[in-house]
Amino acid sequence: MNLYTSPALGSNDQTVERIDAQPVHPPGASRQPLYEKRKKIFPKKAEGRFRRFKWIVMLITLGIYYLTPWIRWDRGPFAPDQAVLIDLANRRFYFFFIEIWPQEFFFVAGLLVMAGFGLFLLTSAVGRAWCGYACPQTVWVDLFLAVEGFIEGDRNARMKLDAAPWSFDKLWKRVAKHTTWIAIAVATGGAWIFYFADAPSLAFDVVTGQAAGIAYWTVAILTATTYVLGGLMREQVCIYMCPWPRIQGAMLDESSLVVTYNDWRGEPRSRHAKKAAAAGQAVGDCVDCNACVAVCPMGIDIRDGQQLACITCALCIDACDGVMDKIGKPRGLIAYATLEEYESNMALATSGGTTVIEPSRIRNVDGTFIDKVRPFNWRVIFRPRTLLYFGVWSAVGVGLVFALLSRDRLEVNVLHDRNPQFVLESDGSIRNGYTIRLLNMIPEPRTIMVSMEGLPEATMKITGITDVPGRLFAVNVEPDKTLALRVFVTLPKEAISAQTSDFRFIAEDRSSHEQDSYAAVFNTPGAKK
Amino acid sequence: MADKHIDEISGVETTGHEWDGIRELNNPMPRWWVWTFYATILWALGYTILYPAWPLVSDATRGALGYSSRADLAADVEGAKIATGDIVEKIANASVDEILADQQLSQFATAGGAAAFRVNCTPCHGTGAAGGKGYPNLNDDEWLWGGDVNAIYQSVAHGIRDSVDPDTRVSEMPAFADMLKPEEIRQVSSYVVSLTGTPHDPSLVEAGRQLFADNCISCHGEKAEGNRDMGAPNLGDAIWLKVRDEAEIAKQIQSPRHGVMPAWATRLGDATVKQLAVYVHSLGGGE
Repeated sequence: MNLYTSPALGSNDQTVERIDAQPVHPPGASRQPLYEKRKKIFPKKAEGRFRRFKWIVMLITLGIYYLTPWIRWDRGPFAPDQAVLIDLANRRFYFFFIEIWPQEFFFVAGLLVMAGFGLFLLTSAVGRAWCGYACPQTVWVDLFLAVEGFIEGDRNARMKLDAAPWSFDKLWKRVAKHTTWIAIAVATGGAWIFYFADAPSLAFDVVTGQAAGIAYWTVAILTATTYVLGGLMREQVCIYMCPWPRIQGAMLDESSLVVTYNDWRGEPRSRHAKKAAAAGQAVGDCVDCNACVAVCPMGIDIRDGQQLACITCALCIDACDGVMDKIGKPRGLIAYATLEEYESNMALATSGGTTVIEPSRIRNVDGTFIDKVRPFNWRVIFRPRTLLYFGVWSAVGVGLVFALLSRDRLEVNVLHDRNPQFVLESDGSIRNGYTIRLLNMIPEPRTIMVSMEGLPEATMKITGITDVPGRLFAVNVEPDKTLALRVFVTLPKEAISAQTSDFRFIAEDRSSHEQDSYAAVFNTPGAKK
Repeated sequence: MADKHIDEISGVETTGHEWDGIRELNNPMPRWWVWTFYATILWALGYTILYPAWPLVSDATRGALGYSSRADLAADVEGAKIATGDIVEKIANASVDEILADQQLSQFATAGGAAAFRVNCTPCHGTGAAGGKGYPNLNDDEWLWGGDVNAIYQSVAHGIRDSVDPDTRVSEMPAFADMLKPEEIRQVSSYVVSLTGTPHDPSLVEAGRQLFADNCISCHGEKAEGNRDMGAPNLGDAIWLKVRDEAEIAKQIQSPRHGVMPAWATRLGDATVKQLAVYVHSLGGGE
């Protein structure tokens, strides 16, 4: 039998129905490369109020970073005179009039909590202002771009230079640029180490090659990260490395201020507005000059809408405002706006989304906007969400200030001997041993009175201080130091009870009237714990 | 994945996550990032060749650089010995009195002695030096052979009843089973108990007092206060080393048991023994 022969051969009158189906995996979409080649960005220099604001922020933040370690603050002869110093070797942190011991590290944790809530507050109110103005990545990239612009010229000159073949001119410009970048990076890494040691003497040691190896390593690593992240990788850091852009998506809401292209007044965009208007076509305010694209350090077009890569640096606002001024249109085609007002205006322009954007719907005959167009209302900043963030933020802040003002500068800690729990002496009395730590948390020597409260029959001896039993001893503690004392408390035979007895050790500075106490327990043979 | 979603505008695949109609594009990694990833793999390969890495049946690969953390430790220990060499030498050359008088030396000796104590002395004296039945508590103020730092140093260095050391402390209480009748031994134990407590039969105490005066005071003293030169314990205080009740006291008189402590100077060296003496002296009972 021939399998390839249809029995119905010849009766070919049936038509085959076409099934309505599409391949699930069409060839085009699945053939994406696994990496994306980086496209070079040549941001144009922007001018305007946000650019000026960014220069000021840069001046302030870099000024704080570079200069803080050099501020002096007199703390007397027993403490360093550097205003801000993280003294890791001695485990002390100095911040102007505040000195923090390791056990007070919760102040730093509190500041971190405040930083977290501050960021939430800032983001929910004014969007990614941190990314756009104050993030070190943004500030240093801004600085590096300024250097690049100074040496290689503005956008067009840089693009031309980049495309040009290697020549002497290109070579010296590139060498000068990278040398300046590395110099800035060295200064950045160099400034960091001054926070951890006395700045003037460390600077001298670093220059003369006498500083510790770790200092040079730190400078080298931070130089490398500054140069690579700020000079070479730039926008790649924000788009690929940083988690913050992803987190912020969950923090923005419809009342958050974000950099917005107001297409309700910009569209339909037109390169030849006058010609189009004359031809009777609807024309929006956008003249499609691409000024906003040219200045963008992230290489995006804000007219595509809010996007992950946008750090809201607002330079496109400056660029667009300049163009609007030039062509005599009101500013704010690109502006800080909330989603709420944007959508309300968009609904006006599109008649609730039923039509394309029609410029005439939002304009009076003379070209001004109709009254229904919602401008930005600063009151949206004060809404339950931001007020809640502010409440938590300030509550933590007030708590920290309160903790700072009421904190002890004299502390006593007691460690009861556990082995043996008690010692029977030859006269039948019972002795307990304790290790007492006196914390003198000010940079001055102090005489601390150590005494007992409770157990009236008991006496104590302090190794190295006295061999004569008593109940009150003066102990000298060095400035800013902890002193450990071995203390033996003896209870005579007649006073021994079957229970453990509670009492307190008191440490007191009689000149400043500071006092701290610590609850202790006295063990006897009848009451083993 | 059947539900693959391609963004219409950009033509880029999305991650499938969606917030209020906004989808996240799944853009590919940049090339430098991919190369960094490959570089870490190369680094890992090189690392496993240069350093000990692959576990074998009874060992592991040694690594081309011959690095070992054990050698690191040995170097650290050597370094610590060099670092403390100065102060240990000072301790070796000073008398225990001088060590005690010098704050820096005594602090070092107390800490060093504590460490040596944990290693060498705790099997008998306990980790807290509180001793036990037959092993003296070193915290209290009763000392069989003396409680000043020199006497403690002597006891640690040469031991008690050590079989080899010629300078060891020796004393032996005779077995009174041969010299006293059982009735007399009961009388003496009643008297000894009466010094600090109440005996079972107070009528025996008077006879016991006479027997004690005849047989025991040469070592334990007229008032039973003991004698440190002979290691004879004070029988009139609250501390009992070996026995707690009358029957046991009688047994000790009949056939006494004697503790032995080895001489440590030859095993640990003079500097460590001095540190031990300073540590024991610091426990609270030192004189």
